[in-house]
Amino acid sequence: MYRYDDFDRHLVAERVQSFRDQVARRLSGELTEEQFKPLRLQNGLYLQLHAYMLRIAIPYGVLGTRQLRRLAQISRRFDRGLGHFTTRQNLQLNWIRLEDAPDILDALAEVGMHAIQTSGNCIRNVTTDPYAGVAVDEIEDARIWAEVLRQWSTVHPEFSFLPRKFKIAVTAAAEDRAATAFHDIGLRLTRANGGATGFRVLVGGGQGRSPYIAQTLSEFVPQQHLLSYLEAILRVYNLHGRRDNIYKARIKILVHALGIDEMRRQVEAEWAAMDKDALDLPPGELARIRARFASRPLPLVEWQDAAIDARRRADAAFARWEKNNVRPHRSAGRAIVNVSLKEPGKVPGDANAAQMEVVADLAERYSHDEVRVTYQQSLVLPHVAVRDLPAVYDGLVAAGLATANTDLVTDIIACPGLDYCNLANARAIPVAQAIARRFAEPARAEAIGRIRLNISGCINACGHHHAGNIGILGVDKKGTEHYQITIGGSPGDDAAIGSILGPSFPAEAVPDAIEAIIDTYLSLRSKPAESFLDTVRRVGLEPFRETLYGTGRVAADAPTKEPVHV
Amino acid sequence: MSDPTPLLAPLKPAVCEARVWSPRGFIIDPWHYLDDGEQCPANGHAIVPLTRWRTESNLRNGPIVGVEVQPTDVLEADLVDIARLPLVVLVFPKFTDGRAYSTARRLRGHWGYRGEIRARGDVLLDQLPLMLGCGFDSFEIRDAATLRSLERGYTPAVARRYDPTGSRMRRSPISSRSQAALAAAE
Repeated sequence: MYRYDDFDRHLVAERVQSFRDQVARRLSGELTEEQFKPLRLQNGLYLQLHAYMLRIAIPYGVLGTRQLRRLAQISRRFDRGLGHFTTRQNLQLNWIRLEDAPDILDALAEVGMHAIQTSGNCIRNVTTDPYAGVAVDEIEDARIWAEVLRQWSTVHPEFSFLPRKFKIAVTAAAEDRAATAFHDIGLRLTRANGGATGFRVLVGGGQGRSPYIAQTLSEFVPQQHLLSYLEAILRVYNLHGRRDNIYKARIKILVHALGIDEMRRQVEAEWAAMDKDALDLPPGELARIRARFASRPLPLVEWQDAAIDARRRADAAFARWEKNNVRPHRSAGRAIVNVSLKEPGKVPGDANAAQMEVVADLAERYSHDEVRVTYQQSLVLPHVAVRDLPAVYDGLVAAGLATANTDLVTDIIACPGLDYCNLANARAIPVAQAIARRFAEPARAEAIGRIRLNISGCINACGHHHAGNIGILGVDKKGTEHYQITIGGSPGDDAAIGSILGPSFPAEAVPDAIEAIIDTYLSLRSKPAESFLDTVRRVGLEPFRETLYGTGRVAADAPTKEPVHV
Repeated sequence: MSDPTPLLAPLKPAVCEARVWSPRGFIIDPWHYLDDGEQCPANGHAIVPLTRWRTESNLRNGPIVGVEVQPTDVLEADLVDIARLPLVVLVFPKFTDGRAYSTARRLRGHWGYRGEIRARGDVLLDQLPLMLGCGFDSFEIRDAATLRSLERGYTPAVARRYDPTGSRMRRSPISSRSQAALAAAE
């Protein structure tokens, strides 16, 4: 992982000092709440339904063991011993006192962490592939670029008061594991014919009440000009994005209003006028940043291991976990271990302090001190030797972290919903729990195969319901919580927005509805290897609509009504 | 348990008569804003809205004139002329409206503007470092709390900032740092 140097440390320390001072001025009344709000948001502090929430940045989802232990400590001392990992690879603490926030930021700064720009109308924490640096299919290590973007965007003087929040994702592998098409800017590293690397730049993706798939602004921006090109996009957005209506202020609306060609013309004109030498990454800087990632080289390990074969034969639960949660690593003899935070019945993405410490201990012993956070709200041990898999598994089992469901139906993304969030229309967590319990039998989930099920408690779509193969959206229907179901969304290379099946369901009917959809898929798939998404694309929505709304089927409460379009 | 209720504090910030501040301290301002229809004095330092400056050609010859630019003003074709003026005032109608940051950087960057860029409107203490970072030099301030802080000699300086940008404005920490690192490596 990236190791801070003195400059990085001082910068974060200064920011904490500056925020401590802002909190003091707020408490003394020198700052109004209106003046203070953007300042606290840019330091990760939200006011939720019941308390302040602190969103701690985990830049591009990479954590060291010391950092994870510190998060556990902080959650014990200042919160309720619990943390919630988010779809931006961050960590939220839900029960914070304003007065404690500067001390928490100090405790974070000691281990090279902060909460800068995890909220507010600025460039947010850059996300990337959780397998960056270890994936078999990658062209380059996306973490290097994510760190470049972190430094570039941190306290950027021009882009701290944008029309609205701004999310960037970068990926550098064949498979898009960072949902780049659903970001304000998605960057996909590619190699040109001559061998030089650059970025395909996507712009204007997003979810919320107006979901859009990002469009290609440039097929290839040479890597050395990435920063000036991004400056040009951000500047066009900052000057021309709408500021009169918060719901129409994201760049996706500007791109949609101008059209991608006009957007490109404006960006190119701005870019052409820029002094690129002054704006682009200085020569040597990329190498300097890459060097700060240099960790101990991974010792070569044996690929074959007799003990693990025996364990596979003797222990079906271990074999299942290995099959579902372990992925190939780019160096032979090692594996990527997904640590699911999705035990059926638990809150998706939650980990308690003791669990964080167990993962930190395992990372220290078996994964070169490194942990990743995925946008699907789970953790990853990226460097485990295959022969250590049984030991890692046993450690995870003891902590309740060995649920064998990565990318299966119970691996649900859910936002905090009405249990915490003052924007929500409906609860997301209990619905996720009920669905996960319904499919808790591992063999059943495994038979269904790879599927993405996402739940949002309101149209802001923090739970990525638009991008779910099955998406569930909480809506307020005459004061009661209802849920609208979409299918066919995809976050990947074949990005798509899900289609609404029909009228919404009350909470208690949702598990039945999901089960009916899944059963329909199972009965229609051409072969077990045909995924849910592929089946939906082949057969269309009608069989699923018939299942939910046809005679004698699962009853929506008001089948005669039009779907709630949001 | 935490109390999430917003704290009791002034609902509206106290506002007083504007003073002009620069990093060197408060300055005696030679400029004044021309009222609508007020004639431009031959030797005055007069600030006029950009729209008026565009329509009254006599403002371009002789008098010392600065322009006041709203965030909705588009600076394009006549930028070369604007860039010859000694003062450009960029307005922040609300401190959360960040368009003037981009306008300042376009002036400094694309057109190499070397005159004075002044911030006007909802100009607050905590945004001064950002404005300085974008090339503003002077600040017309009405917010009482901000003025009190500056009078005490206090500024919320953020000395360190990652910024691979804007070498025309100042040395960028990231590049100077990498140069130092390279020098050390050799």
